[in-house]
Amino acid sequence: ASCVQHRLVVRDASSLQVRQLYTCLDQIQYIEWSSDSLFILCAMYKRGIVQVWSLEQPDWHCKIDEGSAGLVASCWSPDGRHILNTTEFHLRITVWSLCTKSVSYIKYPKACQQGVVFTKDGRYMAVAERRDCKDFISIFVCSNWQLLRHFDTETQDLFGIEWAPNGCVLAAWDSCLEYKLLLYSLDGRLLSSYRAYEWPLGIKSVAWSPSSQFLAIGSFDEKVRILNHVTWKKITEFEHPATIASKKTIVYKEVEKSPSLETEKCSFPPTGALASSLFSTQSKYEISQVPVSLQYIKPVADRANPKMGVGMLAFSADNCFLATKNDNIPNAVWIWDIRKLKLLVVLEQLCPIQCFQWDPRQPRLALCTGNSRVYLWSPAGCVAVQVPRKGDFQIVSLSWHSSGDSMVLLSKDNLCVCYLEREEV
Amino acid sequence: MGDWKTITVPVLSSDSKNIFQYTSERKRSPTSMNSQVLRLPLPSSKNMHSFFSAFCTEENIEQSISYIDRELTTLGFPSIYAESKGKELNLISIINCMNELLALQHKNLRAQEEVEMQHLKLGSDMDHLQNCYAKLKEQLELSKREIVGLQERDRQLQSKNRNLHQLLKNEKDEVQKLQNIISSRATQYNHDMKRKEREYNKLKERLHQLVMNKKDKKIAMEVLNYVGRADGKRGAWRTDKTEARNEEEMYKVLLSDYEQRQNQLLVENAELKKVLQQMKKEIISLLPPQKQKPKERSEDGLVLSDLEEDTGELNKENMWELSCETVREQLTNSIRKQWRMLKNHVEKLDNQVSRGRSGAWNEKDVISREDHELETGKLELEIQQCKEMIKTQQQLLQQQLTCDDDTTLLLQDCYLLEERERLQEEWRLFREQKKNFEKERRSFTEAAIRLGLERKAFEEDRGTWLKQQFLSMTADCKHSENVTTPSAFLRSKYLVQITFLYSSEQDNWLVKPTSQQRKPPSVLNGPVSADPCQTSQYITHNSVESKKIAGDSMPNLWVESDDKEETE
Repeated sequence: ASCVQHRLVVRDASSLQVRQLYTCLDQIQYIEWSSDSLFILCAMYKRGIVQVWSLEQPDWHCKIDEGSAGLVASCWSPDGRHILNTTEFHLRITVWSLCTKSVSYIKYPKACQQGVVFTKDGRYMAVAERRDCKDFISIFVCSNWQLLRHFDTETQDLFGIEWAPNGCVLAAWDSCLEYKLLLYSLDGRLLSSYRAYEWPLGIKSVAWSPSSQFLAIGSFDEKVRILNHVTWKKITEFEHPATIASKKTIVYKEVEKSPSLETEKCSFPPTGALASSLFSTQSKYEISQVPVSLQYIKPVADRANPKMGVGMLAFSADNCFLATKNDNIPNAVWIWDIRKLKLLVVLEQLCPIQCFQWDPRQPRLALCTGNSRVYLWSPAGCVAVQVPRKGDFQIVSLSWHSSGDSMVLLSKDNLCVCYLEREEV
Repeated sequence: MGDWKTITVPVLSSDSKNIFQYTSERKRSPTSMNSQVLRLPLPSSKNMHSFFSAFCTEENIEQSISYIDRELTTLGFPSIYAESKGKELNLISIINCMNELLALQHKNLRAQEEVEMQHLKLGSDMDHLQNCYAKLKEQLELSKREIVGLQERDRQLQSKNRNLHQLLKNEKDEVQKLQNIISSRATQYNHDMKRKEREYNKLKERLHQLVMNKKDKKIAMEVLNYVGRADGKRGAWRTDKTEARNEEEMYKVLLSDYEQRQNQLLVENAELKKVLQQMKKEIISLLPPQKQKPKERSEDGLVLSDLEEDTGELNKENMWELSCETVREQLTNSIRKQWRMLKNHVEKLDNQVSRGRSGAWNEKDVISREDHELETGKLELEIQQCKEMIKTQQQLLQQQLTCDDDTTLLLQDCYLLEERERLQEEWRLFREQKKNFEKERRSFTEAAIRLGLERKAFEEDRGTWLKQQFLSMTADCKHSENVTTPSAFLRSKYLVQITFLYSSEQDNWLVKPTSQQRKPPSVLNGPVSADPCQTSQYITHNSVESKKIAGDSMPNLWVESDDKEETE
């Protein structure tokens, strides 16, 4: 599904044929599929309206109006029948039910990055709240929205919460000024709290491994610390130095080969094949010899939200690899082998990395850097794939299909679906 | 070394200047000494006579003689006078005295030479020592200067060190100060934040109230129709029971997760324990036997007894119950002990090897490296062979023992089937050959019949021909008798041939089938089938040409073919 202005276009994933076309009242800011893929909600924050469309019955419609309360965020509940709207100024979260047309309110939600999280099996929901300058976490049962547990956290300013994939542990971490990670079990007991060292810089990103065995914490001091689920103690620390000296890591460097013609950009549109070869600068990966020094950027110290620290963390689906990005070295993706707990590969790109995502089935990483190429890495090697298109196609973000066979590449105005062939085994 | 001066011989008379030639002042310098030495021998011959004449002239002969005599006697020589008083000189004694004096002179000269040599040596030694002394003095000076320089540098470095320490302390103090500032600022910010947040909360409350009070009609939800729940059930009321159930479910989820984790840990634990025990066993096996010094033997013995106890204990208990502390500790302690022993053993071996390499072949149980390697190679080969044997034997044993009855029967059946098949094949072959033989026999019989018929015809022909011959012969013998003898001879020969042929043919045909039966069929198949045809051809051929072919060749041929066949 994709939206254009105020229209919602639903396409078939394998053939990109337009299946349905819906028109909403205003410009759509956010769309989300329900968990059973039967409904799509379109949120228009300006008007404070959420419209829900059904795929099975194109005539069915639903409109939720928040009125003067305003709308800041909207999301589905895991059962696909309730919509949670966060009102402006995070006054409250209203839970609208599509089955019963009933409304519930959750007061004092916290205005943080990830305030509402659901468990993977969709049974429980954790909401971060703040009352009287203290942080609380409430755990609700999603089936009837019953408040299960309500406990306070020891954080100064709760920044984010995340469930472990097994649904039994909730990680809550503090703001960037304070490095504190708290682990709560499902029933609200504090299992453990982790603090890296005295006077640390804060936590920037947190990721659970798919087996819930490891918790990776990326912090502003350019390090990733990994905790294990048995003792909740740090088992290792990954550093992101600017020079890589170890002989066992492979460094793939993207190298651009400009075409033989001198001028890259021509004013007149040339013929088809020539055009693609003209505009596309070939690029491929080369293995750089160790030691390699990467481009290091020291951020401006007086601006807020400096680009430093480990900003992106992702575990691979088979729990074997961890991909990280250090914002100080924005052109490189670091891939760590979790089984051996050491750095495996560094991919050095020419442009800053915009987004990367692991294939949900295989240990394959796809990343995009804002140019018209998508890069794939797997333990067998890495490849740079050019999007065949006339003109520029700046890939801003990408998203894998759940089967791992295709992925969607998004630019500002267009989208492109990339199909990956499966090898005959 | 004082100056050398010869004692001047006090001489009565003058001529002291000549005498002073003896006096020689030895100076220090060796060169002058050498020159002086050279001057030592008796003065030049020029002065010799004058010198000698200076001492003893014609006037004072007696005086000089008496003087000489006195001198000699004082020196211990016998008197030169004759024993009888008077002024007769004892020539012999004079000569003896002279000889003695000469000898003395030589001795003195030699002694002088030696002394001068020693003098020279000592002089050179002294020079050498003086040089050394000078050099050492210089070195001492240099080293003193160096020491001073180094001391100076040392002082500088120490002062630098102190400075750096000071700087470090300053930095540390600064860091501490900054940290204090940070903490104080943090608290201040927190306080400010809290204040601001409270204000904000107040505003939010106000806003919320306003929003709620407005009672917007707009806050509503329009749905065309209700949507069924995802799982198709109806919504349930929220009651205490449901609440309790939710709690229960939550706890169930937690518990199941914990149990899963615990199971995983148990499994891991068990595997690790197994590994540890295996390691322990291997370490025990690696440890050397008790052929060692008594001290170590006692240690080994103790430890081994401990080991046996341990293994006994551990094997008694069930693996899954080994979760209590004490048993775990025992296991780890025993493994540590054995590891230490193994380490000691390895170190000892290393020492032995190093000692052996350095060449001390004293210890008898240190074998040379090459021998050792050879032996190990041999042993390895033996081991491999034994292993292979064991494997094969095991396989055979397994085949025999571990198979069930059914399988053994099946196997036997398989073997029987194999054999049966083989036999069947052989039977088939045999039958085929039998058929072939039958065919051949039939062909033979047919050929024999044909042959018999032909023979009959042939004999009839012969008979008629003989009759004719006889008739012609009887007719001819009237004409000439000379010609008949060869012809009669020929005739008789022909008769003999005929009878021989007949008998031989009969024999031939009798022999053949027996020969067929005697020898293995497959071998003679070919040639035997070929030959009868050939012989039959021969027969037909012969029958045609019998009248013309010379008789000698035929029985020979026949005999040859017979022989051939029989030898085949």
